[in-house]
Amino acid sequence: MWRDAALVAGKDLRVEARSRVAINQVVPFALLVLVVFAFALDSDRDTLTRVGPGLFWVTVLFSGLLAIQRSFVIEASDDARDALRLSGLDGAGIFLGKALAVAVQLVALEAVLTVGVVVLYNVRLHDPLLLVLTALATTVGLAAAGTVYGIIAAGLRVRDTLLPLLVLPVLAPALLASARACEAALTGAPGDGWPWVRLLFVFATIYVTFGVVAFGPLLEEA
Amino acid sequence: MTLAVRLRSAVSLLGRFPALAGVDLDVAEGEVVLVQGANGAGKTTLLRACAGLAAFASGEAEVLGHDLRRDRKAVRRRIGLLGHATFLYDDLTVADNLRFAARAAGASAASADEAMTALGLDGRLREVAVAKLSAGQRRRAAVAVIVARRPDLWLLDEPHAGLDAAGRDLLDALVRGAATRGATVVLASHELDRAAAIASRTVTMAGGQVIGGLLARPAPTMEPVHVA
Repeated sequence: MWRDAALVAGKDLRVEARSRVAINQVVPFALLVLVVFAFALDSDRDTLTRVGPGLFWVTVLFSGLLAIQRSFVIEASDDARDALRLSGLDGAGIFLGKALAVAVQLVALEAVLTVGVVVLYNVRLHDPLLLVLTALATTVGLAAAGTVYGIIAAGLRVRDTLLPLLVLPVLAPALLASARACEAALTGAPGDGWPWVRLLFVFATIYVTFGVVAFGPLLEEA
Repeated sequence: MTLAVRLRSAVSLLGRFPALAGVDLDVAEGEVVLVQGANGAGKTTLLRACAGLAAFASGEAEVLGHDLRRDRKAVRRRIGLLGHATFLYDDLTVADNLRFAARAAGASAASADEAMTALGLDGRLREVAVAKLSAGQRRRAAVAVIVARRPDLWLLDEPHAGLDAAGRDLLDALVRGAATRGATVVLASHELDRAAAIASRTVTMAGGQVIGGLLARPAPTMEPVHVA
């Protein structure tokens, strides 16, 4: 399973490295969203600083959706999904590989957006451990849940528009938890953030487990 | 005689439509069988079902000793399917695609290099993205994936389509070479003269059933291309 996961993750990341869709489209889109929010709320700098964590994770979520969609678009071209089925790779391995590739892209995106939030929103970073664990749990949960719903939508003609409708309500609790945890870290009250981080790890564990078990059958039906 | 494919009253549904409506077919190991028939006869579905991509709804279906009614995944690693699509990733290079397919099938990266050489995808072409290849080169790359995977059962759907004369000759030689090494080949084609020349037997499909076949005959001799 782990060998298959590494193989699929390597393939997906190689596709992104060669196509440069993430660099040329997803990252600029994410930065654009941050800038638009900065312009919209610029008259009230305090508000911008206060809502910064929420805006950061909303931006990650919207941009992450593009990365998740992209992860399944590459399997749709020229019936590559059939090739994935025929490859004999383990379904759980394929899930872990695709989720890992999405997660790696999200981590890179979050790093860029963190710089953007600090510069544009005048946010000061405190309690790095809480922030890093929040980002880790949210990234894993987002990548796992997105990959599960990505394969559900993959076989449908309306997949491009359906995926956000499926994923956004599911990820809303994670979005809320990550925003609250980051807010606690940035306001110097980390004690308020740890319960949210625990919730995020539970969310991530549920979707990783569900994906490992269900992705193979879902791939067959896609 | 060991059978690579054994189907009895096999039914496969596309939605509610029986694309295979009770197929009976035996293919012995090492045979090269041509499946002919009009459009919509069920040739493509037969190949996809034998590859484990389409489910059998009823009947008996054994491929390479695996009961596909019970588990249609286990056999896939031993099968090479050339479909209408190339099954390649457009953004990856030819070499990337072949190495991924070979490693996924448990073959070595070296087998991917040998397959590219065998199919004439040498030098600069290896590092070209599949999206930038001509249709014929993409078809060669798709055949190279099968060669790299070293399958026990080759399922070829219109294998000559899109290939130039040299490519067709090369494909024919590869098919003969695979059969010589003990692999089984089932190919569906409308180019009957060309395909019949490499087949040891021809079966005819109509309405989702096998309605007739010719007796086995030895394939004409031709120097096969050996892939180490």
